[in-house]
Amino acid sequence: MATQHSRSAARLMLAPAVILLLGWMLVPLTMTLYFSFKKYLPLRGGDLGWVGFDNYIRFVTSSAFWPSVMTTLLIVGGVLVITVVLGVLLAILLDQPMWGQGVVRILVIAPFFVMPTVSALVWKNMFMDPVNGILAHLWKAFGATPIEWLSQASVPSLIMIVSWQWLPFATLILLTAIQSLDSSQLEAAEIDGAPPVKRFWYITLPHLSRAITIVILIQSIFLLAVFAEIFVTTGGAFGTRTLTYLIFQRVLESQNVGLGSAGGVYAIILANIIAIFLMRIVGKNLDA
Amino acid sequence: MGHISLKQVTKSFGATNVIPPLDLEINDGEFVVFVGPSGCGKSTLLRLIAGLEDVTSGTIAINGNDATMIPPAKRGLAMVFQSYALYPHMSVRKNIGFPLKMAGISKEEAEQKIASAAEVLNLTDYLDRRPGQLSGGQRQRVAIGRAIVREPDAFLFDEPLSNLDAALRVNMRLEISELHNSLKTTMIYVTHDQVEAMTMADKIVVLRAGYIEQVGSPLELYRSPANLFVAGFIGSPKMNFVEGKDAEAEGAHTIGVRPEHLTVSKTSGQWKGTVGVSEHLGSDTFLRVNVEGLEPLTVRADGEVELYHGDTVYLTPEPSKLYRFDADGKAI
Amino acid sequence: MARAVTTQRKTINTAIAWAIGLLIFFPILWTVLTSFKTEAQAISDPPVFLFFDWTLENYSIVQERSNYMRYLWNSVIIAGVSTIIGIIIAVPAAWSMAFVPSRRSKDILLWMLSTKMLPAVGVLYPIYLLFIKMGLLDSLVGLTIVVMLINLPIIVWMLYTYFKEIPVDILEAARMDGATLREEILYVLTPMAIPGIASTLLLNVILAWNEAFWTLNLTAAKAAPLTAFIASYSSPEGLFYAKLSAASTMAIAPILILGWFSQKQLVRGLTFGAVK
Repeated sequence: MATQHSRSAARLMLAPAVILLLGWMLVPLTMTLYFSFKKYLPLRGGDLGWVGFDNYIRFVTSSAFWPSVMTTLLIVGGVLVITVVLGVLLAILLDQPMWGQGVVRILVIAPFFVMPTVSALVWKNMFMDPVNGILAHLWKAFGATPIEWLSQASVPSLIMIVSWQWLPFATLILLTAIQSLDSSQLEAAEIDGAPPVKRFWYITLPHLSRAITIVILIQSIFLLAVFAEIFVTTGGAFGTRTLTYLIFQRVLESQNVGLGSAGGVYAIILANIIAIFLMRIVGKNLDA
Repeated sequence: MGHISLKQVTKSFGATNVIPPLDLEINDGEFVVFVGPSGCGKSTLLRLIAGLEDVTSGTIAINGNDATMIPPAKRGLAMVFQSYALYPHMSVRKNIGFPLKMAGISKEEAEQKIASAAEVLNLTDYLDRRPGQLSGGQRQRVAIGRAIVREPDAFLFDEPLSNLDAALRVNMRLEISELHNSLKTTMIYVTHDQVEAMTMADKIVVLRAGYIEQVGSPLELYRSPANLFVAGFIGSPKMNFVEGKDAEAEGAHTIGVRPEHLTVSKTSGQWKGTVGVSEHLGSDTFLRVNVEGLEPLTVRADGEVELYHGDTVYLTPEPSKLYRFDADGKAI
Repeated sequence: MARAVTTQRKTINTAIAWAIGLLIFFPILWTVLTSFKTEAQAISDPPVFLFFDWTLENYSIVQERSNYMRYLWNSVIIAGVSTIIGIIIAVPAAWSMAFVPSRRSKDILLWMLSTKMLPAVGVLYPIYLLFIKMGLLDSLVGLTIVVMLINLPIIVWMLYTYFKEIPVDILEAARMDGATLREEILYVLTPMAIPGIASTLLLNVILAWNEAFWTLNLTAAKAAPLTAFIASYSSPEGLFYAKLSAASTMAIAPILILGWFSQKQLVRGLTFGAVK
């Protein structure tokens, strides 16, 4: 199907998408790199000249850096563990015969479609409010003192909110993967005398390993960029300042563009490391 | 009119050379079959003629005009694909009418052509169905119908029967042959099935690795194969090949004997062996005979032969039907 | 697995699954319920579940106070237009890669996906600056372009995987039948790919609708969509739960409905075809 004519047509039709994305990637990226080597304070003197790797060094040596890395890792790691473990269990549950499977599926998937600002605000006010939140009522009902979630347990609270948003994604993908498992494999194992737990461990789980890897990689990329949830709940206070949020503050709040850009370059490198692994898997799939 | 001529045509995909320089003449009204094992380049050759692939070098002329750089639609050829390639979202009527629509032919005229094609192909009752609602054979006929309405100079068939079950295949084979008899249009037909080639072709082109091994009528290929490859490919069951001293005795490196040219005896003959598997078809009996020092020999014996696994038999080739090949596999 | 399952087992499954499903869905349900309460009922102790005086007044208050319709309109425009432009750019690109694959198509495809992985915060300032320079800050045009660009890789990718499932033979048949490239795409490919194109459209409307980073950072008042509208409720202001709930319900309702239709395609779209 490849004649000279169709090949040149193909190149022509591919061009707009490639050019647009190339521009979208290269222009800002170059600018970020450029700013990262400058002392650049738009509101306090503007461009104050080249500073070499100063911004890179200052970014990682600032007192806010390591805590933000820790927070990022905690949130990403916490959400990943919760969503993958619960996701596997939920997927297995939803794969079982039951009445109203379609409806349950819809109920479970729903949170994924809620816009991040909405879910963060609903959780913050109607669930985690220490006075009027549902959780406060629940605590009181059991005679306990309500927790001030977003200040006393800010990071776990954020993990909870974000997990709620991403659990549907993990469940949906793992469920799809489970359903693609050839049931004759499980039946063969059953005939071979493997009890349910062993069947899960030796057949279902290995079958899911690829899907789990994909869930982890894709979620990591999105979770590293979690923004709106922090923006509307704590605004980065109470130890919830992630790397993304720190960069945002440097750039837009304190208008230290040079420093923020250096942080941005770190974030890009970090995301690329994860993306490489993801691309490997996706790329392999392309050959198949 | 449907005269196609290929001169020094080559095709390579990157570094892989699929078709080495190749010359071929296809005369008007001929039914030509390209046959060969999978990967021999027969489909590529067809696609080069169709214009779905560019030739790397060489020229393709249709009716004497250079068509090498002409896009597929303008070559005046119609193609029937292995998968039928019907448009699933269109009714049979629209499928058959699509080329007419593309050619800007008026609605009334198109209707008329569709109706007559449907008539020929027994599709009249199915014109308003979607391809998904048809059986394999019917889909095949729609694909042919779509080709017929264009009134092409030549039809190209790319393994059109390989998706059908055995019984239907025999039927469609006959239908295509009949179609050729009535239309008298050039047809180029690609298959890996030598039975299709033998039964349908006026002219068979045997291909291997892009090279034309032999061109000829079915009986020419059967009677005088040019080399070991053609000898082994044409004819069913396969020709038996014997090397070693039996071959040397005939002054050849290899000798070939078709299964139907071996005489079976229970008492005496040239080769003594034991029957391995015997297949009794009623009309014929196929025996697989293990002879010491030789590859197992296949024998086509009379249907009434009472020989079974483990029986001792003696085989003798008919001397006049013996094929002799030299060390390069060429027929002597 | 066609096997008889005991009714007892099925009942237990059903009970557990429904309990968990409702638990996960509860925050949404609670939001919707609260939106129909008065502010006083919304914070009543203990909370009332169903037996309250249902009212629609929150919806009218929200609409009056913040001109909900304008934010909704902005969201619709941004999500809708960005997706449609994206599809128009992506269909030819996906056609090229699916049907005229070259040695580079795979690399191009992966590269396109990798642009999706670029952390937004890394390029926040340059985009911000460019927007100011070009007068695009707080404009629908600017936001639509950005949202289109961030979703373009997913659109190309999804269309590519759908096109891949269409046999090349059929397009070649069209070519033999005399169709030009335009006719081939218009009369053969597009009608055959309609389900795929529809799913792509749906998923990308959802993603665009919920995009929060750029909409929060590049808009102020004029072009702000619903994400920003909701964010304006982030500072507490007396009794506002019922109003917040009403606003939230309005912001998520359209997309929840679309989402339920597209759950199957979601997997393919978000895993880049790695899980089917």
